[in-house]
Amino acid sequence: MKDVFPFAAIVGQDEMKFALLATAVDPSIGGVLVLGDRGTGKSTAVRALAALLPPMSAVAGCRYGCAPDGHALCDDCRARKPGTAVDVRKVPVPVVDLPLGATEDRVVGALDLERALTDGVRAFEPGLLARANRGFLYIDEVNLLEDHLVDLLIDVAASGENVVEREGLSVRHPARFVLVGSGNPEEGELRPQLLDRFGLSVEVRTPMDVATRIEVIKRRDAFERDPQALVKRFGRANAAIRRSIERARERLGQVEVPDAVLEQATHLCMKLGTDGLRGELTLMRAARALASLDGVDRVDVGHLRRVAAPALRHRLRRDPLDDAGSTVRVDRAIGEVLPP
Amino acid sequence: MIDARPDSISDESLVVALLAVAPAALGGAWVRSGAGPVRDRLVETLRMSMPPGSPWRRLPAQIDDERLLGGLDFSATLSAGRRVLQRGVLALCDGGTVVIPMAERLGVGTAARIASVLDRGEVALEREGLGASLTTRFAVLALDEGDGNDAPVPTTLTDRLAFRFELPPHDRDRPLGVVDPGVIEAARQRWADIVVTDECLTALCLTAEALGVDSLRALWFAQAAARAHAALVGAPTTAESSAAVAARLVLAPRATRLPPQRDEDPPEPPPSADDPPPAEEPPAAETQGTLEDRVVAAAAAAIPAGLLALLRDSMKAPSRANAGRAGAAAARAARGRPIGVHPGMPKGGVPLDLVATLRAAAPWQRVRRRLDPRPLKTVLRLSRDDLRVRRYLSRSETTTIFLVDASGSTALNRLSEAKGAVELLLADCYVRRDRVAVVAFRGTGAELVLPPTRSLVRAKRSLAGLPGGGGSPLAAGLATGLSLVDAIVRSGGTPTLVVLTDGRANIARDGTPGRARAETEAVQVARQIALCGARALLIDIAPRSQPFASQLAGSMRATYLALPHAGAETLNQAVRAATAARA
Repeated sequence: MKDVFPFAAIVGQDEMKFALLATAVDPSIGGVLVLGDRGTGKSTAVRALAALLPPMSAVAGCRYGCAPDGHALCDDCRARKPGTAVDVRKVPVPVVDLPLGATEDRVVGALDLERALTDGVRAFEPGLLARANRGFLYIDEVNLLEDHLVDLLIDVAASGENVVEREGLSVRHPARFVLVGSGNPEEGELRPQLLDRFGLSVEVRTPMDVATRIEVIKRRDAFERDPQALVKRFGRANAAIRRSIERARERLGQVEVPDAVLEQATHLCMKLGTDGLRGELTLMRAARALASLDGVDRVDVGHLRRVAAPALRHRLRRDPLDDAGSTVRVDRAIGEVLPP
Repeated sequence: MIDARPDSISDESLVVALLAVAPAALGGAWVRSGAGPVRDRLVETLRMSMPPGSPWRRLPAQIDDERLLGGLDFSATLSAGRRVLQRGVLALCDGGTVVIPMAERLGVGTAARIASVLDRGEVALEREGLGASLTTRFAVLALDEGDGNDAPVPTTLTDRLAFRFELPPHDRDRPLGVVDPGVIEAARQRWADIVVTDECLTALCLTAEALGVDSLRALWFAQAAARAHAALVGAPTTAESSAAVAARLVLAPRATRLPPQRDEDPPEPPPSADDPPPAEEPPAAETQGTLEDRVVAAAAAAIPAGLLALLRDSMKAPSRANAGRAGAAAARAARGRPIGVHPGMPKGGVPLDLVATLRAAAPWQRVRRRLDPRPLKTVLRLSRDDLRVRRYLSRSETTTIFLVDASGSTALNRLSEAKGAVELLLADCYVRRDRVAVVAFRGTGAELVLPPTRSLVRAKRSLAGLPGGGGSPLAAGLATGLSLVDAIVRSGGTPTLVVLTDGRANIARDGTPGRARAETEAVQVARQIALCGARALLIDIAPRSQPFASQLAGSMRATYLALPHAGAETLNQAVRAATAARA
């Protein structure tokens, strides 16, 4: 396997790192959308995450990586009699790339052409959605994705299931994944329906501080010269982050959200006029993930304040009379609803 | 070693030499120039300077994904009985150069694919039943022949190329100088071991700051260029001259502001392009200022004249027409862009997708032969169900949105004319298969009177019932028009907005009266419309035209027409002339 730039070696970009870690702790938050300046290491961070995540247990030989005790199972795993012993093995959490130019058959899965040609058998060959099950699906330049693929993703991301009806095949299998998209808003906007599938939205900015910039360049240079040395140098820090994810996952169930905090979350959403309940839900889940990463059992207003911008800024209705960016509007609402 | 006399090597040739030393690390160069002998010489020089035998391929701007990234080699697959991969241009260019002639024609999508391969050093192929990762590192030479009217080369790509320069069109006899290929070969061996000194890195970083170059990628390229230069001159580390060259060739062309001038260090008069580069006159520069100052000065001298004009251009709102939304790309080819394959008969101009058809037929061959053992002339047994056709997104249709001011001030004499114009235009659109929508605003709000339609009957009916009277909620009307524009763009259409108003806005968006606020709000929405990049036309139908109407047209970037006494036919002609001229 190719060496991956260590997550811990990424300089700055705290909001992006937090958003990725939060979804690793609680995948139900939904996906992460990373928008921002060029060359800020958006892709690097996502790939680095793959190397960081603690491995998960999966049914050995299952093409969809089903969990041994999970609910969303593929047909084979569901057909297994309850109580029978299953071979379980630890596998890395999949972080699957959906490259631009991918064809639909590779994304949803298709007829296995090779087996069809040689054995004359009609067999299903799982696609990227199957591989991403229980993991992350990453789309760089998500705003440039072909429309028909976007439609497909919107559907699967909502239902958690991939239904294939093509080439005489009829297959359905679980496809629950955290959608991670990155892009540059200048190159085209995202459809609101897809935007809605992302739980958190992060804006990354190029660091302007000279010392930070030099450090970024130096670490990248170090990585290009000797990847393993840098991986080793940050091995301990990476392991610490991995442990904090594991601990946060264990803690997550115990973290309580006081009614007062919930009420403030609702006020914030009302103030901003976000549509539907998804805003409040994401706000609460993200705040809970943050609290458990912080190692506390109770969500407070401080957590809420920190997650408000990433949880809400992509849910605002565009207001032609407000020139301010959505981040400014969220900050303004935080100032009014949650005074420090 | 590089020639001691720096003026014998032009900056352009230096770029070529640096690129040949570290092609993959520097990404490539963006050359703005018409086709001509100077450019040809440069391209040829690069070709000679690259490692012998390294791939060199031209990539047409309209390339499809299959040729670009790769796909299934169908004939080989059929005969071998297993999947055979056909590499695309990018994968075939490992270690070499991809030349993109007419790079200004490159679509945003294609640019993003190339950019992603540049970033990862591999082609991630997920196409046609194949998943593969093909390692490839190459340099891109983007030859931009755009003359200012074309859409610019997508920044997704140019941001990932270290160098950019413009070849002046008129000095075809200018000596460029050539760095000896042997020197380049030696430098290529040395390059990886060159260390960037901390002083050099700091100097480049501060220079980038002084020039307003924010992208970290630019900084990364600058240090790589400094290393390549050090390798070229045979220095063990990046000395000052290398930093200066990197700042001049990588950072200066990206400058977004002029460096702040220091009192104690008066800048030299900017030398013309023919002068020897100032950074390579070592003794004089050595004595004054800190390293950063000297590097900044070297870069500043290379900032293209007319930086301000360039900046002004780049500040222009990006128009959605070339913003790369999948829908907006539709107008590119006459037959549209393929958006997928589905079963069906090839007829009525719907082309057959041969590969998909064969793919569909392949698994059944054995069964069909068994079921029907009659000898047939064809090798392949196709059935109707196997046929696959390509779907294209056809040229996106135009929707003309009429925003009609139905307030009291216009209603009396102008509204009927506006209605007549819409009807006439609708008849015209019927022939062209365009659509028409009508938004009317009066009283305290705006209303979508006629959703986008091609139906003459419906249009006439809803227009006939359009009442007039009340105030002019111009902002609300424009806002409704804007959301319609948005919806049309999103569904892949091309909207044209025609606003018929007398410009006497007097109702704010929340329905309260007041001229000043109504006008401010109208201008604000108009700016949003301009940002959308939709074509717009403002027809001033006031008996005596008001300055506010033309000001509003300005904020909207709309064509302004004052038609105090136009009849329906005149209006229609004006709309047709304006939309045709800008189409």
